[in-house]
Amino acid sequence: MANSAVGVIFSNIHDENIPELSRHRTMASIPYGGRYRLIDFALSNMVNSGIDTVGIVTKYNYQSLIDHLGSGKDWDLARKDGGIILLPPYSDETDAPYTNRLEALKGITGFLNHRNEEYVIISDCDAIAHIDFSKVFSYHEEKKADITMVYHEETEMVDSSYFITIDPDKTGRVQTVKINPAYEGKANLYINVMIMSREFLLNTIADATMRGFTSFGKDILTKHVDTLKIYGYKFDGYYAGVNSLQKYYKHSMELLNKDTRNELFGARDIYTKVRDSAPSKYSQNAVVKNSLISDGCLIDGTVENCILFRGVKVGKGSVIKNSIVMQDSVIGENVELDCVITDKNVVIRDRRRLLGCEELPYFIAKGRMI
Amino acid sequence: MIKRKKECVAMLLAGGQGSRLYALTSKIAKPAVAFGAKYRIIDFPLSNCINSGIDTVGVLTQYEPLELNEYIGNGQPWDLDRAFGGVHILSPYQAKKKSSWFEGTANAIYQNLNFMQKYNPDYVLILSGDHIYKMDYSKMLRAHKATGADCTIAAIEVPLKEASRFGILNTNADGSVYEFEEKPKEPKSNLASMGIYIFTAEKLFKYLKADEENPSSSKDFGKDVLPAMLNAGEKMFSYRFKGYWKDVGTISSLWESNMDLLGAAPAFDVADADWKIHSRNPLAPPEYLGKNAIVHNSMIALGCEIEGTVEHSVLASGVVVEEGAFVKDSVIMAETVIKKGARVVYSILDENCIVEENAVVGQEKSENAGISVLGREVKIAKGVSVAGGKILDKDYKGE
Repeated sequence: MANSAVGVIFSNIHDENIPELSRHRTMASIPYGGRYRLIDFALSNMVNSGIDTVGIVTKYNYQSLIDHLGSGKDWDLARKDGGIILLPPYSDETDAPYTNRLEALKGITGFLNHRNEEYVIISDCDAIAHIDFSKVFSYHEEKKADITMVYHEETEMVDSSYFITIDPDKTGRVQTVKINPAYEGKANLYINVMIMSREFLLNTIADATMRGFTSFGKDILTKHVDTLKIYGYKFDGYYAGVNSLQKYYKHSMELLNKDTRNELFGARDIYTKVRDSAPSKYSQNAVVKNSLISDGCLIDGTVENCILFRGVKVGKGSVIKNSIVMQDSVIGENVELDCVITDKNVVIRDRRRLLGCEELPYFIAKGRMI
Repeated sequence: MIKRKKECVAMLLAGGQGSRLYALTSKIAKPAVAFGAKYRIIDFPLSNCINSGIDTVGVLTQYEPLELNEYIGNGQPWDLDRAFGGVHILSPYQAKKKSSWFEGTANAIYQNLNFMQKYNPDYVLILSGDHIYKMDYSKMLRAHKATGADCTIAAIEVPLKEASRFGILNTNADGSVYEFEEKPKEPKSNLASMGIYIFTAEKLFKYLKADEENPSSSKDFGKDVLPAMLNAGEKMFSYRFKGYWKDVGTISSLWESNMDLLGAAPAFDVADADWKIHSRNPLAPPEYLGKNAIVHNSMIALGCEIEGTVEHSVLASGVVVEEGAFVKDSVIMAETVIKKGARVVYSILDENCIVEENAVVGQEKSENAGISVLGREVKIAKGVSVAGGKILDKDYKGE
């Protein structure tokens, strides 16, 4: 079923939510969970649902993304027909690069026209979840929907500057679509994954262009909720919306919880770029508790409640707690870190002491030396 | 059309059964045996090839080749998936005139003359798939060209008392070889052949054909081909290698070599950025060390879940050490589970073993105790003990 669907992933769309981490990269290539990038979750969900063609919409800052994806081999998406297809912004003398999702979709109509799959599944990169898309497709077909929007019952306020909530009735038909509503208690948060037929999407894009619409959410979803058959698919597994540095920190730390890990990685099918690092080494002095450690690490100090990415070094006498240390960062000797997020290639020199707090983790930008 | 060629083609002998590894090679060939938490033995010669600029490798398999073939696949993890060249699995095949299994190392190479000739090489590098080492073959090739040798043999000094286990080179001051003795009872030197040869291609082909026609030959490089070349007065040189090199053909040498990876200044470093060891990577999340985990002086691969104690050990991907379990001086291969309260000491556990609660495997390392070994998928029942030095290849519920 899902092999008659083509995937479209927006790599940049929520960049402004985490400016700290997306300054030099797309939202899609933000490192997550020790050895992944955010896009790995959306891509793996697609691959595991039998989708073998995924267009990746980019806008700027996409060098790190291209580097991460390579030929697509690591996701089994180096294919003769299809596979991973990067879709950089299309613009000519008259058109500036896109500024919203509708324009971005308009820019990829060429790609969509050339495919022959029946359906399109559109996903952003801000959701960490293990979703079986083939179930969403079955639901979409069963309901004979025009659009199926995947939602999650959210009890916390969303940090994002732009989000959508929906109200499906008993049959699943969406009654209202709201943009950035204030809510208390529960809301059915749209998690930025939707399905529709390719033909419907192409017609909608053409129609919207003709009418001068600018927003997919505002001009299409909210205004046409009565005439279009929009259905909500409830995803009730583990969902983490990464839409601020605080949420990034909070959700990352949830990976130290066994149930969360089992749900996300239990089937062992989150794919990512491989780097041929050696296995991690723990010295005689190492004390490591409640932490996720990726390959290539050398640990000679104390690490508690932390996530260490590939190739991190922790020197003798150092105590790292409640922190996220990204790829190839080097922590010297007798360093003390608590609630710190270091981006890649950070160097913390001997005897430095850096403390953040859970609400406001101390962030150190890529390549900094402290 | 320009005839394309490769200057040097490598032939990797990977057909050995490795019978001295007992339960570890009952279902797989020796080069496919796991090593160093994420590697397999064959990763070392393959990585050495690509790091030395040799991109055409024939892998000769015969014994239980399924897993090895699957592991090598198209060679992409070693960057050996090439349009011209790359890695190729060479199995015994049926031919019009004669079909046979590979008999001896020389015959195995002889049966694949066509493969080598396809690349029209100037030199052929012969390797074996049962050693752990890092070596730049391009330096050896340079030496081979500089001496104008017909054959260059990589050699390493070994303790004289162990020399009778190896092929021994007796050399002149300039490094040229005047005698090659396979496993001599009374060795005259301690310079051992590493089983790594570079031949000038034409000479190799000539002597392989001659050896094939010699009915009394055992079709072995060390016993037949090299002595024949020396007798005929061909130029043979030794190439001295100084570095870590270990034959992991026995349980104890496999254990030792794994332990050589540990420590701040390990005898053998797999994390060398200048000489990367490539491998097929497991699909697994980072390893998780729990709230009560104690891990000292160990190497742990991705996907492990550790709640117990691990000391001076090497754990491959997906190994589970439950709360209260204790692992020391051991090599644990992928996906093996050590349950609550179990103890594993001075042992090698193959993939997918289960050590049930409170079971004990092995005996603390001492002069009298041997290494305990569990073969693949072996299950040790609750509370039972497996004595030191015992080798098990099926489930064990006690005596």
